[in-house]
Amino acid sequence: MNTILFLILAVVAVGCGINVILQTHPISSALSLVGVMGALAVLYLQLGGEFIAAAQLIVYAGAVMVLFVFVIMLLNAGKEQKSRARIWVRWAGPPLLLLFVGAVAYVLEAALPPSPPVRFGGFDGGTVKAIGERLFTEYLLPFEVTSLLILIAIAGAIVLARKEID
Amino acid sequence: MPALPLPAETPLAWYLVLSAVLFALGVAGFLFRRNIITVFISIELMLNAVNLSFVSFSYKLKQSDGHIFSFFVMVVAAAEAAVGLAIILTVFKNRQTLEIDEVSSLKN
Repeated sequence: MNTILFLILAVVAVGCGINVILQTHPISSALSLVGVMGALAVLYLQLGGEFIAAAQLIVYAGAVMVLFVFVIMLLNAGKEQKSRARIWVRWAGPPLLLLFVGAVAYVLEAALPPSPPVRFGGFDGGTVKAIGERLFTEYLLPFEVTSLLILIAIAGAIVLARKEID
Repeated sequence: MPALPLPAETPLAWYLVLSAVLFALGVAGFLFRRNIITVFISIELMLNAVNLSFVSFSYKLKQSDGHIFSFFVMVVAAAEAAVGLAIILTVFKNRQTLEIDEVSSLKN
């Protein structure tokens, strides 16, 4: 059951991921990315990451993608022109990519020590309570620095979006 | 029809391989696409793939550090998206183009 769910979600994620890079219109790419993020959120849930699954949906699929779609609409981005990639790049790229993934898969299978198979509920350290406790005790300084980072990002975004460069 | 020879429990390596596949797709999009927004979307895809690796290793080690780290990755990605999209807006305002090859004043 777990494996079937994983395979379905993996197919959805990889299909949407391929769609992201094949679509010529940015809005189609952005909406395919939402599909990838949704599938990943369920995978996180399978791995015991309740908090991170919710954050994925709220922060990524919600906030960040809305920002993307806003900008695409605002700029009225049209279809992309054909890439001027050289012919050998066009033909050698996909096999090399497959080779890379194959090498990574081989190394993962061969070099990684045998790990416990994943089953739903096998790890309960990812609940909101557990994450919150660690975030506000052990990781308090990084958390506060993050708030500063977001403040700087907000200021930077406003300044950049208003500025005229000659 | 005989039952598929599926393992009852998913090996952890499958999650890592899925993460590698998504990362490779992100790299391909980053290298081959010419629209700035799509290049940016590919970066987000790569960040998501890495987050999946963090969460998988967190499951393997039975520690929640990976979850916390991927939470920080999300926050940084949100900040990066805000600033990056503001830069894209400025570029478009000044150049009226989204083609990445035509924005090359930093070259040479």
